[in-house]
Amino acid sequence: MNAPSPAETGYNFAYLDEQTKRMIRRAILKAIAIPGYQVPFASREMPMPYGWGTGGVQVTAAVIGPDDVLKVIDQGSDDTTNAVSIRKFFAKTAGVATTTRTAEATVIQTRHRIPETPLSEGQILVYQVPIPEPLRFLEPRETETRKLHALADYGLMHVKLYEDIARHGHIATTYDYPVEVAGRYVMNPSPTPKFDNPKMHRSPALQLFGAGREKRIYAVPPYTDVVSLDFEDHPFEVQRFEKPCALCAATGVYLDEVVLDDRGGRMFVCSDSDYCASRRDAGHRGEMAGDALPAGQS
Amino acid sequence: MSELPLLSARDLGKLYGARIGCEAVSFDIHEGEVLAVVGESGSGKSTLLKLLSTELAPTSGTIRYRMRDGVTRDLFALTEAERRFLLRTDWGFVRQDAREGLRMSVSAGGNVGERLMAVGERHYGRIRGTALDWLGRVEIETDRIDDLPRDFSGGMRQRLQIARNLVTHPRLVFMDEPTSGLDVSVQARLLDLVRGLVAEMGLAVIIVTHDLAVARLLSHRIMVMRHGRVIEQGLTDQVLDDPREAYTQLLVSSVLAA
Ligand SMILES: [Zn+2]
Repeated sequence: MNAPSPAETGYNFAYLDEQTKRMIRRAILKAIAIPGYQVPFASREMPMPYGWGTGGVQVTAAVIGPDDVLKVIDQGSDDTTNAVSIRKFFAKTAGVATTTRTAEATVIQTRHRIPETPLSEGQILVYQVPIPEPLRFLEPRETETRKLHALADYGLMHVKLYEDIARHGHIATTYDYPVEVAGRYVMNPSPTPKFDNPKMHRSPALQLFGAGREKRIYAVPPYTDVVSLDFEDHPFEVQRFEKPCALCAATGVYLDEVVLDDRGGRMFVCSDSDYCASRRDAGHRGEMAGDALPAGQS
Repeated sequence: MSELPLLSARDLGKLYGARIGCEAVSFDIHEGEVLAVVGESGSGKSTLLKLLSTELAPTSGTIRYRMRDGVTRDLFALTEAERRFLLRTDWGFVRQDAREGLRMSVSAGGNVGERLMAVGERHYGRIRGTALDWLGRVEIETDRIDDLPRDFSGGMRQRLQIARNLVTHPRLVFMDEPTSGLDVSVQARLLDLVRGLVAEMGLAVIIVTHDLAVARLLSHRIMVMRHGRVIEQGLTDQVLDDPREAYTQLLVSSVLAA
């Protein structure tokens, strides 16, 4: 690798020292070999708070090379404080090119969303994960959850879904909706909306998950089965939106509600801001595309 | 019903360091049979129950169990996966403290349905139907199906534990002081219910109790334990009406408090 030397930038390439990156890469390789299995790793302190995705940052630091093009999204947007600061962090410590275009990126670090533009072979999607353990909510004991994974003893996951239906009449879990990976391990997709779950299924991209505080890495290799848990009589369904995006008229995408004024005015727009902008660049117009946009929504 | 015992314990012993938990315990139990293990606290009855239910590994001796496929297996030669499957299908365990036997943050229906889901049931409507049926059988109002056990009385919690355990039609149920801490009238109702279910389902039950009245009401046979050993065993009525051992005589005459 023709990485800039520490002397040039004041940092080792991508901030972490080479030994740490090798340790993380070993964890990643093991995670890829056992899809959905949570591999412990020695998570390092990063120069940002845990809530900012230090697990994802460490995974990105371990896989990124000087020729990579990085995209960082947070709630679907490239422009939040979190996304901007992570992008700047890697621009500074690794000197890599950055982009907001999904199709141009080779590494995409994300919190909350999978891009609407289908991913392709050679791309890596890195998720920032706060809570990696899907069994945690009913079984707080780590020794026991490890045993349950080892024995593929996942009845508890359905107890949670049962409780959802009993309380709400339907499966009310809309984020971090549990999936079974490669017919074996049950995994948390991180706080993505369940809308994105089908995108994980047989994706051509490599999907890596990093949990900094919990010190876990897991992975879904390309073209791996990812199935959302459900009941025969309450099958998994993604959220549906009544109207297309108000700006680009896209349908079948995940929309965010944007409050326009204090008189109850609101609109629904693509959560994936890059996707929305690309469609508008291509001439697509939603019903409110002519209106002035509120600050921060472009 | 088979001629062969469902479970056979031979020379079962457990040492905690140099201290004896229990020793030289041997017995057989058949389907449909209720065996009471009685004794004071420290008599070894709780240790014995933990050994039988594979929660503890014995220091010596064997426990053999006739599986549903008819093959008799050494319980401690089972794999962890086999052992767990046995625990949640062919066995039940009703705990003294319902908080250990129930998931307190899961609804009554979820508690009853858990075993079904653990063995692969994936139809919500069927799980709920079975849960409703079982709540009825243990005399819990079916409109409480979505309530949490923490809102239940002590007696209801124990009945919910029973439903949760029996839903997979186990053949062997362990009970650890299931009535202690309950009011006398609540106890009587619970014992009545258990007796009915045992007869109806042909269950084998191993019940540990310090309460000889419970043993008399429920059990066919009784084992009296003291200092980790079985000092007397036989048909419950015979042992309680005509105890041979002086210690059993003392127990029966209620001279010894539990
Ligand atoms: Zn749009």
